[in-house]
Amino acid sequence: MGKPVESLKDVTIRFAGDSGDGMQLVGNELANTSALIGNDIGVLPDYPAEIRAPIGTLPGVSGYQLHISSEDIHTPGEKYDALIAMNPAALKMNIENLKPNGVLIVNLDSFKARNLQLARYDENPLENGSLDKYQVFSVDMTALTRNALIDLKLSSKVADRCKNFFALGMVFWLYNRNMDHAVSFIKTKFAKRAELAEANLLALKAGSSYCEMTEQFATSYEVKPAKLPPGKYRNLTGNTAVAMGVIAASQKSGLPVFLGSYPITPASEILHELSRFKNFGVRTFQAEDEIAAICSTIGAAYAGALALTTTSGPGLALKGEAVGLAVMTELPVVICNIQRAGPSTGLPTKTEQSDLMQAMYGRNGEAPLPVLAASRPADCFETAYEACRIAVKYMTPVIFLSDGYIGNGSEPWPVPRVGDLPEIPVEFAKDAESFAPYLRDEETLARPWAIPGTPGLEHRIGGLEKDAVTGNVSYSARNHEYMTTMRARKVEKIANELPKLEIDGADQGELLVVGWGSTYGTLKTAVERKQAQGKSVSRIHLRFLNPLPNDLGEVLGNFKKIVVPEINSGQLVRLLRDKYLVSAISYSKMQGLPFFSSEIETRIDEILGE
Amino acid sequence: MSTLEKSASNGSAELKLTKKHFESDQEVRWCPGCGDYSILAQTQRTLPGLELDKEKYVFISGIGCSSRFPYYMNTYGFHTIHGRAPAIATGVKAVNPDLSVWVITGDGDSLSIGGNHLIHMLRRNVGLNVILFNNRIYGLTKGQYSPTSEFGKITKSSPFGSVDHPFNPVSLAIGAGATFVARTMDRDPAHMQKVIKTASGHEGTSFVEVFQNCNIFNDGAWLKYTEKEKRADNVVYLEQDKPLVFGANRDKGIRLDGFRPEVVSIADGKYGESDLLVHNEKDEDATYSFILSHMMDNPELPVPLGVFRCVDKMPYERALNEQVDAARKKMGEPDLQALLDSGDTWEVK
Repeated sequence: MGKPVESLKDVTIRFAGDSGDGMQLVGNELANTSALIGNDIGVLPDYPAEIRAPIGTLPGVSGYQLHISSEDIHTPGEKYDALIAMNPAALKMNIENLKPNGVLIVNLDSFKARNLQLARYDENPLENGSLDKYQVFSVDMTALTRNALIDLKLSSKVADRCKNFFALGMVFWLYNRNMDHAVSFIKTKFAKRAELAEANLLALKAGSSYCEMTEQFATSYEVKPAKLPPGKYRNLTGNTAVAMGVIAASQKSGLPVFLGSYPITPASEILHELSRFKNFGVRTFQAEDEIAAICSTIGAAYAGALALTTTSGPGLALKGEAVGLAVMTELPVVICNIQRAGPSTGLPTKTEQSDLMQAMYGRNGEAPLPVLAASRPADCFETAYEACRIAVKYMTPVIFLSDGYIGNGSEPWPVPRVGDLPEIPVEFAKDAESFAPYLRDEETLARPWAIPGTPGLEHRIGGLEKDAVTGNVSYSARNHEYMTTMRARKVEKIANELPKLEIDGADQGELLVVGWGSTYGTLKTAVERKQAQGKSVSRIHLRFLNPLPNDLGEVLGNFKKIVVPEINSGQLVRLLRDKYLVSAISYSKMQGLPFFSSEIETRIDEILGE
Repeated sequence: MSTLEKSASNGSAELKLTKKHFESDQEVRWCPGCGDYSILAQTQRTLPGLELDKEKYVFISGIGCSSRFPYYMNTYGFHTIHGRAPAIATGVKAVNPDLSVWVITGDGDSLSIGGNHLIHMLRRNVGLNVILFNNRIYGLTKGQYSPTSEFGKITKSSPFGSVDHPFNPVSLAIGAGATFVARTMDRDPAHMQKVIKTASGHEGTSFVEVFQNCNIFNDGAWLKYTEKEKRADNVVYLEQDKPLVFGANRDKGIRLDGFRPEVVSIADGKYGESDLLVHNEKDEDATYSFILSHMMDNPELPVPLGVFRCVDKMPYERALNEQVDAARKKMGEPDLQALLDSGDTWEVK
């Protein structure tokens, strides 16, 4: 009471602790609360691949970064204004990006010899002056949490697990967050264990009260709601958005969803999410392996379902041969690849855009298929929906690309009205007189979808080359060339229905920034800042990577220079150089992390200065 | 389309289906003398008697000589990729349980490259009918040893003899939790038809191993069992509730000594039929069927043909679809807008 409140335009907060400290949980809760308050948010969950690396060690540190703003934002922020470090290892791994004079809250109880040693500190950083440029708040979180829960008579092990909510309570006070949502969240999350619900609620309130009472904290901050376009909003992650997009496509098309999937980071959440909605007719099949996942999906598509499989890079590699079968048999299958850093097992929990080439070409023979990439968590809804629509309209497998960054990340989503979603008309073949398995639709070049059980349409399909009309096995040389061409042409045809490219900035000038996938927010932020400085720079962002939009060549031709920033060693840039013979510049980052806007801005300055 | 086909497509209720209705217009391209011809013919002869409309049948195969089978059936057919037919068929059956879905596979296709899918299909008890053509050789790739080839087998890829131990397909299926397991052979058409018919009526996965002769690369692999003059002494036909009797004069039987089956004479007075093992395919405990399955590995014993095991267990597709129905009842009809609007939402004015 009575402590001054300072208003901030935006703030970036990072929680860091052991993998077992529940940082993702409280970070996510702060994100949800902030979204409900009306802030725009951007998040970056950043966690290790090990479920529980040894406690207190550097590899075990899990982080959750959140950017809260009163304005429209597109990134999880770079340098943070506040860091909550639950142990020395978390401090060591994250202090580098805390802004000078930033708020640093540390759990003092954990800064003991053993933990300092595990974090490879020769001396206690809290005592040697190395943190003098920050506002350091050393708080005995473990002791204070235990104290708050004393009446519950919990074991200290159980009580200590509540200190993440104590930390959250402190942050809630510091940034003037309303606790209502967190309270109901805790009650729901621990509904079956009343004593834990009670304990976490007490810890949350204790954290807040501690800041209110102690003289350590003199000022709190507030971030006013952002001015988002009017409408109903919901905070959701990219992976949840994929699930919603697929269910929406199912309802609009009248086809039941079948998901064949094998658990893999960071795609499993889509399987979890879809398996909840059986009342929507969703059938989920947790397969024995990645190959069975795609194969069951192909079977389901053959039988008339809206069929999808979800995976990440290594899984897509295993699915390659079966994707080729879907290309050959021209069945509508949606393959969601939530990319992660590779090759091989790579960095399973870190993001990368390095499967574009695999999506384009990762099959034997010539096996073209449409490739779409989502650009933001909320965009996963629309892009997944579009992938389903394209698959059934053109009778083709479609690869949907997202990545760990937007798959796990969340943002406010303007909830669409069902009536505004594009229609997905589907007509199964019925008429035996006119039916031929590979007789194509003149406009789309799609073959008919003739599902088993339809009288009079009994026919055979398979992986051997097909006759252009009957679908019977054909070894004819001319037929194979014709069919190879038709499979490619069918995919190219999709470009005819793509909307004109939206150019952010002037439609000609010095520099065009070309992006795809999850770099959207960063590129938009960086380019708009440069435009505000009067620089001649524009930006486009591609949803369709195959086929590329019809007007792309013309747009590229209107700029003196082109730069293609990617979280890979330059994959889209190769496609562009290949197709348009342009000398586009590649800008790569391969650290398992998204770009920072500042990196893009610097690169833009360099290129414009060259 | 011919008038015949058209009327057939209206379902067997209106027209008596015959073998002819199940023959496609594609020329059958197996080597002359191949055992596959018999399996195709017995299948085409059996299906008309099953009282199911022709459009309900789907034949799904992997890769190999056997896997060309669907092209020759005038039903829905899907010739897929190597080893994956069980996975593709699972997707079909999950989406449309009303279909009669058949998996056509070989020893290489299902026991080597597709071994994982095979065991998981059996474990889940998906309502599929599996016919495994076992010729103990890779035929389509021209004669390498397969996972059922004998130890020491000399082939193109094992000129000094194979150092792999073979799978016993029936044991493998029982070990994986199969609810229906049978064995028949290409040279006994009547028995095969009976087995196919029984298999088709089983709810859950039915697994049928067929001894099939590859007369080009492994001719005579099953001669001991298939030739009429040797068959009676080397094969014991399994019949429910009947003692295991065999021999040209039906004077030999199988007796169980502890867990070990042995051949005994029932002609010399020491043992009678009442001492013999009595076949019970309904035994829930798989121990008995597993013992039977291993008789094949003992050259002293005849090889059992017929149904080893036939028990009830919840089939995958029924459990899956019951969950969907139950969720509908509990949560009500789907409302997409309500779903999108669910969770924590807020209005921006």
